[in-house]
Amino acid sequence: MKQQFDNIVLEAKRRQQEFNDTKLPKIHIGMATCGIAAGAIETKKTFEEELLNRGISALIHPVGCIGHCYAEPVVIIDHPDSGFPPIFYHEVNAGKAKMLTNMFLVEGDPRLEHILGATVANEMIPSIMEFPRFNLEKRIVMEKCGLINPEDIYEYIAYGGYSSLINTLQRDPKSIIKEVTESRLRGRGGAGFSTGKKWEMASISTANEKIVICNADEGDPGAYMDRTILESNPHQVLEGIMICAHAVGANQAIIYVRSEYPLAVKIIKNAIKQAQDIGILGTIFNLKITLFQGSGAFVCGEETALIKSIEGFRGMPNFRPPYPVQHGLKGMPTVINNVKTFASIPVIIEKGSSWYRETGTENSSGTAIFSVVGKVTHPGLVEIPMGTSLKTIISDICGNVPNKKKFKAVQIGGPSGGCLPEEFLSTPVDFDSLTHAGAMMGSGGMVVMDEDTCMVDVSRYFLDFTQKESCGKCTFCRIGTYHLLNILTRITKGEGREGDIELLERLSEDIKKGSLCGLGKTAPNPVLTTLKYFREEYEAHIKEKKCIGKQCRKLTAYYIDLEKCARGCDACVSSCPTEAIFTTSTRKKGIDQKLCVKCGECMVACPPQYNAVKKVSPVELAPIIERPIMI
Amino acid sequence: MLWERDLTQEDLNKVEQKLLSEIENNIKEYEKSRGNLIPILQMIQEKLKYLPKDSIEMVAKYLEINTCEVYGVATFYNQFRFNPPGNHPIKVCLGTACHVKGADIILENFERKLEILEGETTPDREFSIDRVACVGCCALAPVTMIGDTVQSHMAPSKVEGLILRFKIEKEMQEREKAKNETAI
Repeated sequence: MKQQFDNIVLEAKRRQQEFNDTKLPKIHIGMATCGIAAGAIETKKTFEEELLNRGISALIHPVGCIGHCYAEPVVIIDHPDSGFPPIFYHEVNAGKAKMLTNMFLVEGDPRLEHILGATVANEMIPSIMEFPRFNLEKRIVMEKCGLINPEDIYEYIAYGGYSSLINTLQRDPKSIIKEVTESRLRGRGGAGFSTGKKWEMASISTANEKIVICNADEGDPGAYMDRTILESNPHQVLEGIMICAHAVGANQAIIYVRSEYPLAVKIIKNAIKQAQDIGILGTIFNLKITLFQGSGAFVCGEETALIKSIEGFRGMPNFRPPYPVQHGLKGMPTVINNVKTFASIPVIIEKGSSWYRETGTENSSGTAIFSVVGKVTHPGLVEIPMGTSLKTIISDICGNVPNKKKFKAVQIGGPSGGCLPEEFLSTPVDFDSLTHAGAMMGSGGMVVMDEDTCMVDVSRYFLDFTQKESCGKCTFCRIGTYHLLNILTRITKGEGREGDIELLERLSEDIKKGSLCGLGKTAPNPVLTTLKYFREEYEAHIKEKKCIGKQCRKLTAYYIDLEKCARGCDACVSSCPTEAIFTTSTRKKGIDQKLCVKCGECMVACPPQYNAVKKVSPVELAPIIERPIMI
Repeated sequence: MLWERDLTQEDLNKVEQKLLSEIENNIKEYEKSRGNLIPILQMIQEKLKYLPKDSIEMVAKYLEINTCEVYGVATFYNQFRFNPPGNHPIKVCLGTACHVKGADIILENFERKLEILEGETTPDREFSIDRVACVGCCALAPVTMIGDTVQSHMAPSKVEGLILRFKIEKEMQEREKAKNETAI
């Protein structure tokens, strides 16, 4: 076994050496889903065409995602002959790709105005590691994401991949579980249960067959780190699954992926096949790994519901205990862990539990991966040590709220989490502190909101989501969320009543008490936290019919300030999707309030030197401008 | 290839019937176990783009369970749809990041321009509108998927242009076709 693996490693090293030794320029392109959405396929095509047209040869190397979504599509060009270090370019569209091929690859001018930085320290160009977006992160789980080609197993092995598995196979399963327990790794799916303990419970069972399930049913709107890891480094997850299977004595593994992630599905299928082809799966370690595509139900992220859906039923959670580790899929002990948990395992085995514990806090060791999106300058994936403050993540790493707007709140943990206001920015990010503040770690979605966001509307949005996704088993969740949503919708429409706030609070507490699974238990969290920290917004909606964020459409109005509007200017007219803008008798513009859908396009279209379009709440503040009668 | 643009409703039904009989053969490759229900439904949806009534009955018969059981599972999951999508399925993302950037106005705009509601298909089967929870491109919000392409940084004013583009493309193709036919 060891001999066979050593041969594989030799082959991997040989291929890596061959790739590194070549004098040809290398073009690394990020080709994960977000890169492709930003146009990476077109970029790659342009590079290929240009290289062909100019008759120069270079290696195009598709890699995964490095998590810097604001900069997609990202390209790293390594051109040793030019004398420059490898350079990181951002937002490389087809035009830029054409220009770079010509200027850099042919003429040797790296066009410094388009670069983000060099990838290694050097004396010529500042390195990207000098920027906080890069150097404040600590990559343990995502270390190889964006560095290797996810569709080539040898690249992973050349970087030390699968050596932890070989190491594991030579050790007693008990010592592996002890190592994981000592690392204090907690499940990254949200609840934060000790991974080591879970494995131990499964390992003591005497059942003949045991199953390992990798939960990649990432349903949180606004979270996509599981997808990124699967698309950028699938073998690390596979290795984690295999180590787990060896430790608990399982002979079957299932990867449960959302069918909405077609690229991830394709890449994992390919990864499993490659591992089988070179003998890691099969001869070195015998495990049957299958893929199950989830069908888009948020509740299936809950482990008992997930099992139900694999068995072919509606994904409705069951009462626990018995826990799946005792009585899971088809009655067999089943270990269910999140993608990030499995991806952490090879690193822990390789470097040891005490090394892993050095990162993070006493009770939450290791790193946390967040997808920071919403109103921030540099959205994307951020991997930071547990215990880093929210402020560091939002202002230092992600570059704060853009357009000189004021920060209002950050929503953590998806539909189950809560909204935290500015006072909580010093909260360290770990399982316990976040729960204490009223939010939760969840799977790691973080949405930043600025002063233009209405908190009542945000909680209505989340309730709309949980209400649709409630499986319908528990009465409190099924009917309670429906009524919560109704009341919130009423408030955002300006039909709020006296006593609504108290009703929301009582209903929320009841739903929490009367629901079986995590979905119902946490569904009222967005309402409760916004009521706690932004109560004045609810009151303004109900009493004054005023939306402070000027976002609730029934409560806001747009109007054109005739003093500022330029005579004869037509900039706003074509931007209006409903033709609500008309010309007044003074050849200025007015908005027909009956036709206006309040999309805000005219505000964007109005030239900044006039800045004539105004937005007000409540509606009465907008002056009435009559449309001139046409004869 | 399934919804070729020059197909009439009758042709469509014929194609559908042919595919249904193909599916009947494909189903037999699956083991007769309840656990295969969702994979079978996914296979059908992949081929037909939706689950017609006949196919549901076919699955129920094969797995020896009640038709209502199959419907129960199929309607529970968001992935399955029961009416055919358009040539250009429009999926408006309403994830959190898109929502705070005004995705609902974009959805409304598509509905207004195409005169259908979300979940519906235009009578000529050209467009259909759906809302999706999150396509995972939150950094490019608000996004809309038309077919397989992601339209990033959407705006209400971009809606009309996008639809117009597809309509013009279609007209151009038709003109080309007519030209070729007269040439022959």
